[in-house]
Amino acid sequence: MTKEPSALEIERNIGNFAYPETHTHDAGVGLTEKTIHYISDIKEDPDWVRQFRLKGYETFLSKPMPTHWASKDLEAIVFDNIRYYLSAGTQPKRSWEEVPEDVKRTFERLGIPEQERKFLAGVEAQFDSEAVYSNIKKAVGEQGVIFVGSTEGLKHHPEIFRKWFGKVIPIGDNKFSALNSAVFSGGSFIYVPPGVKVKHPLQAYFRINAENFGQFERTLIIADEGSEVTYMEGCTAPKFNTATLHSAVVELVALKGAKIQYITVQNWSANVFNLVTKRGLAHEDAEVKWIDCNIGSRLTMKYPGVVMKGRRARGEVLSIALASDGQHQDTGAKMVHAADETTSNIISKSISIGEGRATYRGLVQIPKHLKNCKNNTECDALLINSTSRTDTYPAITVRGTGNSVQHEASVSQVSAEQIFYMQQRGLTEAQAMSLSVNGFVNDLVRQFPMEYSVELKRLIELEMEGSVG
Amino acid sequence: MSQLSIQDLRVSIAEQEIIRGLSLRVPKGEVHALMGPNGSGKSTLAKVLAGHPDYNVTAGKVEMDGENIMELEPDERARKGLFLAFQYPSEIPGVSIANFLRAAVQARLPEGEELEATEYYAKLYEKMDLLEMDRSFTSRSVNEGFSGGEKKRNEILQLAMLQPKYAVLDETDSGLDIDALKVVAHGVNSMRGPDIGILVITHYQRLLEYIVPDHVHVMVQGRIRRSGGKELALELEEKGYESYEAAEELGEPAVA
Repeated sequence: MTKEPSALEIERNIGNFAYPETHTHDAGVGLTEKTIHYISDIKEDPDWVRQFRLKGYETFLSKPMPTHWASKDLEAIVFDNIRYYLSAGTQPKRSWEEVPEDVKRTFERLGIPEQERKFLAGVEAQFDSEAVYSNIKKAVGEQGVIFVGSTEGLKHHPEIFRKWFGKVIPIGDNKFSALNSAVFSGGSFIYVPPGVKVKHPLQAYFRINAENFGQFERTLIIADEGSEVTYMEGCTAPKFNTATLHSAVVELVALKGAKIQYITVQNWSANVFNLVTKRGLAHEDAEVKWIDCNIGSRLTMKYPGVVMKGRRARGEVLSIALASDGQHQDTGAKMVHAADETTSNIISKSISIGEGRATYRGLVQIPKHLKNCKNNTECDALLINSTSRTDTYPAITVRGTGNSVQHEASVSQVSAEQIFYMQQRGLTEAQAMSLSVNGFVNDLVRQFPMEYSVELKRLIELEMEGSVG
Repeated sequence: MSQLSIQDLRVSIAEQEIIRGLSLRVPKGEVHALMGPNGSGKSTLAKVLAGHPDYNVTAGKVEMDGENIMELEPDERARKGLFLAFQYPSEIPGVSIANFLRAAVQARLPEGEELEATEYYAKLYEKMDLLEMDRSFTSRSVNEGFSGGEKKRNEILQLAMLQPKYAVLDETDSGLDIDALKVVAHGVNSMRGPDIGILVITHYQRLLEYIVPDHVHVMVQGRIRRSGGKELALELEEKGYESYEAAEELGEPAVA
């Protein structure tokens, strides 16, 4: 973490649908109040957003790093070396030749189309998916669904946006939510009107552009009464990026009887600190489900949460983490029961390879005055090598009578006998390993959309090839 | 040259010699039975043939159709046509039998060639019918929660699907009731023919009533002590292994 001036290789703002023109702006290195004003000026923020950012900045400064409980590796982040806002045209393009071989190889194996490869590798600033996005936008637009970038959302739909923005995850929730509040750009805003069931998943991928792959995305999804929507963030292809800090905030609001499913596949390059806050608010009879898959990054800290605010609300987190050499996947879930008859389910599977480390942190709260609440937690860890590491930190607070909690945890290791058995059938050691690992996550992956599960399988194969001598 | 040939094999694990100069030839087209008391090194031999990494081969060699396979990885030996039906097959949670076998069959195809799914399933179902297995069996995870009999049947299913040149069946009869034993034997017998050499390792003569061997070998304390025809198995059933073991203790030559 020495020199960071050329930190952002992907151009940040080109292709933002709110600002289709090319900008040439660079907030410079480091974060001061001036930086915040600079960003607000360029983005032509309404005054309330500027104030929101400034408050975020203040809060960010006042909060300590969470190193008393989290990884000391966080100390490696040098906030003064980071560029917090950068728009198009401010940096030279990377050439395809400069893209590392292993990244190219992965694209090849995943069958990523040529054009997308260039974008993902930071060679092209924009992946030409405008047409696809327009179609989707038109299709859902007919149902009254709003699906735009967050910048456009806060400008053109302030009446809905302001009502919920920063309410599920307040500025001061943690140091990194405060940072995001100060410098956010990019991310999606979605509003689904009452009773509308969005058939196809909405993908950030459809409106893929530099800003969406930015460091400080901010996404807000509101599903009005009785509506249903699935959102997919990211893709399994590795995102090559020399920027070292990614800190997003995602807020979900499921009103009465609504259902939101949010799917993430995170595959940042191995130098990225991925410190993300994600939380959903489930009203009466509503359901919020997070499917969270972490493959890339150097350190990921992410604990998607659901606050079950209304009676019979449901919360679910299904997560898979793959920690290879030099990686620490510190993930988990938070389930806050705040009404009677609410139920939550957490299933977490982690795989540690080589010297990789996977940590599960779970928080389940059921206060005394509530009745008939249920939580089920299962966390399973698979260790590939003897140097692999896994830790589990469940924090379960259940009070009162008539509430039930079930917690199961297991740690297993791919055994030499199992690998030998598979090799005897003709599979190479790497094939045997990846089959074992795929088997381990199989029941979870089956709940993923088809294209994700196929890509995930291939990614696991790739990781295993690398892990076997 | 069409044979699995073991010559003067010596194998140790943790400084202890378990196989002590063993020679054995299994030509294609024949079924050989290897019998012996517990601890004689039968299962060690099976694992060493398949290339288990825990054992240290100190001398001798194993050739398959004239090619020395001792330097090959377990998966290379398998792809060249060596199959081991395990005494204790491993569980592979989350991996269905259909997918596992498919990966194994695929692994035998030349690079770039994709397995034809309909052909594969047609063959799989044919072999399953032969072994009186329910179709739903293929969607279960490999050996997970299987009864002893189901595990062994699954081993024979894999044998039938992979059609090796040489098959070693390690205590395939253990844990089987008589009905399952008959089904398994039927599966093995249906595979017999000029293109496969089979080595059946067993402690009891019972299995050999159903899989009738061409030759029988008696293994005691890491060596073949006697070889003969199928009648030798019956003799062992009557007299047991004691005389062989006693002779071994005294360092006497093998019983004639």
